[in-house]
Amino acid sequence: MAEQERAKRTSGRKDQTVDESGAPASAAGEEIADKIDGLLEEIDAVLEENAEEFVKNYVQKGGQ
Amino acid sequence: MAIRRVLGTETEFGITVLNQAGFNPVVASSAAVNSYAGNRRRIQWSFDDESPGQDLRGAGPIDASSIEIETGLVNTVLTNGARFYVDHAHPEFSTPECADPLTAALYDKAGEVVLARAVDAAQRLFGADERMVVHKNNSDGKGNSYGAHENYLIERATPFGDIVRHLTPFFVTRQIFTGAGKVGAENGRPDVDFQITQRADFFEEEVGLETTLKRPIINTRDEPHADASRYRRLHVIIGDANRSEVQVFLKLGTAALVLDAIEDGAFTEPVVLSDPVREVWSVSHDPTLAHCVETVESGCCTALEIQWRYFETVERHARSVGVAPIWERVLGEWERVLADLEREPLSTADRLDWTAKLRILDAYRRRDGLDWGSPKLRLLDLQYHDVDPRRSLYQRLVDRGDMRRLFTDEEVAAAVDDPPEDTRAYFRGHCVRRYRDAVVAANWDSMVFDIGEETLKRVPMMEPLRGTSRHVSELLDASPTAAAMIRSLGGNDG
Repeated sequence: MAEQERAKRTSGRKDQTVDESGAPASAAGEEIADKIDGLLEEIDAVLEENAEEFVKNYVQKGGQ
Repeated sequence: MAIRRVLGTETEFGITVLNQAGFNPVVASSAAVNSYAGNRRRIQWSFDDESPGQDLRGAGPIDASSIEIETGLVNTVLTNGARFYVDHAHPEFSTPECADPLTAALYDKAGEVVLARAVDAAQRLFGADERMVVHKNNSDGKGNSYGAHENYLIERATPFGDIVRHLTPFFVTRQIFTGAGKVGAENGRPDVDFQITQRADFFEEEVGLETTLKRPIINTRDEPHADASRYRRLHVIIGDANRSEVQVFLKLGTAALVLDAIEDGAFTEPVVLSDPVREVWSVSHDPTLAHCVETVESGCCTALEIQWRYFETVERHARSVGVAPIWERVLGEWERVLADLEREPLSTADRLDWTAKLRILDAYRRRDGLDWGSPKLRLLDLQYHDVDPRRSLYQRLVDRGDMRRLFTDEEVAAAVDDPPEDTRAYFRGHCVRRYRDAVVAANWDSMVFDIGEETLKRVPMMEPLRGTSRHVSELLDASPTAAAMIRSLGGNDG
């Protein structure tokens, strides 16, 4: 019984989610997908030069 | 009624010096901490009261030689009440004690600024070609991990079995909104292109005292740094360091609310996972969030479904006891992130590190035709975490307005200098600022002063919610010297 109620509540939340898909954070999620090309160019300009060497030398021993 | 929860974070940062022959991470970490301290007299950390071998389960203390004790080579206490030091082979920043998750998130972010300034200050020690790089991440991609720990003050009276029972499924499944994302798998786990967290691959036990090997989901270090008859400090080692402000807030706020519900006995139908350690890896390894977590009584559930169960219990409990607006905000963010992850995980790229990173990596892969093993993708993964705002990919997202923020740059900068108002960190930070020359040593629960008398004066601070602005600002304002302050304190502990 409790299991069924929970299932109902959870699916209720799903419906609510669809209704709320116009909420600011969610809309922002889709909008940022369109802006990706400019972002990649900005990243190109700051990315460390030698990826292979940087990654090879990156060793971090002695951590918790 | 659950206690007022004091909390904070401790973060070990990755460190390297590019183009430096014979690079030594301990030397580099020491250079970073000492350079940040500059010409100011450094205040020593006192280890008198520390006992990392003490076990929450009550068996301890175990033989201290079986775990690694902090070396305490280089330590400093900052005017914001934080501790900045070298731990093992990493620079580490511990936030001051905070009384709410938003303040704790602010000081966690202030730690990034401290590290960025330390890197700049250390640069004068290096040759023209050499450059120090510090990352707020948790793995080198080669099987070495370093921690981002959370600390929560909890009631000693709560049975530790309840903590383990209710927190384990929560920690296993919260990864979907606490992960910082990582290319590939490590530590002998099955290979994956991209996974949700940095840390999951390194967890091997359900409960234990270790932090450097055989890491447990629930760590049992019992070192409250407070009145041990009333409190434990829950030392959480299963989490990623986060750059996203919203994510730090969510990570701390949700765990604190779950602890409230545990202390008040609100979990009546616990979820029990069949194999929690394996599920830590499996949940992290599935960015589609479809993975089915085996439970003992409810069959197979997704991490999202289990999180919804926690959310519902915690929300109901919060409504029944009544909570301050800050906790309503936590509940709102929690509900929204679960709903958005359920609908489309990438719709959370404006607030979660793992989806923000995945979005960048996917776009790069498509544009340049890279496969997941490409060093360039691994570099992008690392550089997301660079604390230098000129190079950090996270910072590119912030500058473009792609990441939601909770704080202004000015608020974060103020937290680099000023302590929180409402914990004993206020007393510690202001003593360091006002009486630096008289402070001989400090630690979480005491300070030692040299006021020119025969004996040193120790001020105990066993209650984290005393020594606040309300308690001591008048005393400090009226005391031009440490000697005057100690005299006014008399027998009180501030």
